[in-house]
Amino acid sequence: MSTLAPNFAVKDPKARDAGGGAPPSFGGGGDGNGGGGNGAFNYGERLRRARLGLVLGLTAVIMLFVGFTSALLVRKGLPSFDAQTNTYSRDWVPINLPWVLLFVNTAVLLVSSLTMEFARRAITRKAALAPVKSIPGVSLGDERGFPWLGTTVILGMGFLAGQLLVWRILHEHRFFVNTGPSSSFAYLLFATHAVHLAGGVIALMYAAAASWMLHKPIEAQRIVVDIAAWYWHFMALLWIYIVVLLMIVR
Amino acid sequence: MDRRAGGGETIMATSEVVHAHAGPQGFIRKYIFSLDHKVIGIQYFFLALTAVWVGMFLSLLMRIHLIWPQVNLPIVGHIQPETYLSLLTMHGTIMVFFVLTTAPQGGFGNYFLPIQIGAPDMAFPVLNMLSFWTTFVAFVVMLAAFFVTGGAPLHGWTGYPPLSAVQSTGPGEGLGADLWITSIAIFCAASLMGALNFITTTLDLRAKGMTLMRMPLTVWSWFITAILGLLAFGVLLSAGILLLMDRNLGTSFFVPVIVVNGQLMGHKGGSPLLWQHLFWFFGHPEVYIAILPGMGVTSQILSTFARKPIFGYRAMVYAMLGIGFLGFMVWGHHMFMSGMSPYSAFAFSLLTMAIGVPSAIKTFNWLGTLYKGRIRFYTPMLFAVGFVSLFVSGGLSGPFLAQPTLDIPLHDTYFVVGHFHLIMGVAAIFGIFAATYYWFPKMFGRMMNEGLGKAHFWLTFIGTYAIFMPMHYLGMAGHPRRYSQLTEVAYLHNLIPLQTFMTYAAFITIGAQFIFVINLFWSMLKGPKAADNPWDATTVEWTTATPPPHDNFGGQTPVIHNGPYEYGVPGAARDFVMQTDPAVGAAH
Repeated sequence: MSTLAPNFAVKDPKARDAGGGAPPSFGGGGDGNGGGGNGAFNYGERLRRARLGLVLGLTAVIMLFVGFTSALLVRKGLPSFDAQTNTYSRDWVPINLPWVLLFVNTAVLLVSSLTMEFARRAITRKAALAPVKSIPGVSLGDERGFPWLGTTVILGMGFLAGQLLVWRILHEHRFFVNTGPSSSFAYLLFATHAVHLAGGVIALMYAAAASWMLHKPIEAQRIVVDIAAWYWHFMALLWIYIVVLLMIVR
Repeated sequence: MDRRAGGGETIMATSEVVHAHAGPQGFIRKYIFSLDHKVIGIQYFFLALTAVWVGMFLSLLMRIHLIWPQVNLPIVGHIQPETYLSLLTMHGTIMVFFVLTTAPQGGFGNYFLPIQIGAPDMAFPVLNMLSFWTTFVAFVVMLAAFFVTGGAPLHGWTGYPPLSAVQSTGPGEGLGADLWITSIAIFCAASLMGALNFITTTLDLRAKGMTLMRMPLTVWSWFITAILGLLAFGVLLSAGILLLMDRNLGTSFFVPVIVVNGQLMGHKGGSPLLWQHLFWFFGHPEVYIAILPGMGVTSQILSTFARKPIFGYRAMVYAMLGIGFLGFMVWGHHMFMSGMSPYSAFAFSLLTMAIGVPSAIKTFNWLGTLYKGRIRFYTPMLFAVGFVSLFVSGGLSGPFLAQPTLDIPLHDTYFVVGHFHLIMGVAAIFGIFAATYYWFPKMFGRMMNEGLGKAHFWLTFIGTYAIFMPMHYLGMAGHPRRYSQLTEVAYLHNLIPLQTFMTYAAFITIGAQFIFVINLFWSMLKGPKAADNPWDATTVEWTTATPPPHDNFGGQTPVIHNGPYEYGVPGAARDFVMQTDPAVGAAH
């Protein structure tokens, strides 16, 4: 038998008004055993949810590159018809990539992944200590840490600049996007990765803005940095995959 | 007085009170750039409604041209063969992407998935809003193809190269085709945003007690559809990017050595079949993206209006999972004509036939649900039964086409057109209609007119069968697809009367849709006020106010105690027990 329950209307905390329309988060989830939050602004749940969303978003990115990879493998094995000689031949000319520069770029990206991880850990620690800091009379000493986030942004931009340099070298060696299938795929994979990484740079800039300009709570900043960090690590992994793929299938 | 109408009570069994949250008051934040999943669901619904009228208008032009090829239509003028192909392309694309993918998932899924699992909104409201507006931009870009030099593309909704990959292959293959591919790419991005939101919401925002096996089958269908979308749209996006590069940067992914209009093009070595593989890896799951939500809503409605629990709930869930899984392994059955190895064809054929097993499980379970039910034939029920009928009629020709030996003679004929229109087009549309009539009271707070609804159903049901059933006979008689003029081909003359019959049937069916639109808008404004639970249904959306408040439950968190289809429970005071009802839940 159903029961009739009154509708309570409790004034919402100010923090929730920021979105101008986002409904309250009231827990939930779990398989019927957990769930049922207490109505507070639960950052732990939000972080978990954001991470799940990120994993799913990255799944879509993986499928994009699965599409590219399968196209590459199939295209490499296809014979090409030569209208002049009326014969079939292979038109896959191995591309001469500037490997030294590519390895330097790879190193820059891996170091940026490391600085990103330091940034993530720093803000996690800061968020964990926030309740302690809020106790009157308690000081945590000098809180100015190394600007890991800014360093990561600079390294990320350095990587993108390095990639532009790779493009210029390829142009100088007369490997254009339409020179042959090998160069087409190289440009395609580099460009798609660069677009995704540029998205990561924008996300990091947003994280920095959230920290310095928007005065978001430390927990909210932590979520942005955490998600950006895992995204960044994924971009580094994806880059290694691309480099290895191009080393094997040149 | 109609007992379904009236003020009604808000029946809630809740354990917790949370912070009620007033919605935004400004027009822009409330109705345009809203973060509320209900508003976004309605936005998707009206986008799909607009798209379906555009798509239907294009099909009407095609049907008129087929039987009166010389007629001069107002505004459109005389339809040239290439214009016919443009109409065909845009009809298919708009219907598949902006109607069949948009309405069931973006529209009803957005509105009801969070409420049915007891959540206040989607997991990522901003992403949800972005997803809708990105879809809207994709639709505008798609329509823009009509108005650029050369007009809309000719290459069909499947966009096969080399026709689609070389700009000089036809009048619509210039800027029009670029806009078409760009629109699809934008749509892919929007769908991916939507998919990750649906999956996260389902996994992470279920109310206490809402176990996976207590989720309504509608939620399961949206959830599985989202997984299919997440895995399929990324691959289509990759194919679209490669196609754009072939067209605009001179690459040769899909284009071999080719002479167009006497001119040797610069491409060489590409493979049109590569596109087909990538496209159909997306394209076949897309069929299930269109139809799975219809299966979900049909299960929901059959159980509700037969006043019986759904027959074999778990089997229904596993069947949907099976269909989704197998859907990724059968793309090759669209390519039996491509000269593939007979061994590959055999594998694809066998896997395609295997989909018949979960499909049959679903069909028999629907019939089992109806058997000895105390059926209430309201309009949603009529459309749900219509869905089952169309699913069977359209589905049975699937095993025909799954066999390479039969597919090869039938593939480029009207047989295939009849098959996919019945199963993917009309059945899915019936699912959308069923959902509209079923959930309209909750969405708009008023009841739709039953008389008009039933007239709409019967005219549409008979009309669509009259259009698409004869296509199977046309196909068996050897009538090719995509021919714009029948009068020019001698052996088709005997089939013109059948084509004429189908065109008249199309007139009547499209006329019937005016009844639906009038009913929809009239009921929104003047329909009798709906009760909170006008169908005596059991799922969570019927426990909250009509229409639901901004946070869905007026500051309360529902707690789930029962399965979604508890009808005819022995010992219960009524013939149904709601999911939030604690009394019976204790006994389970």
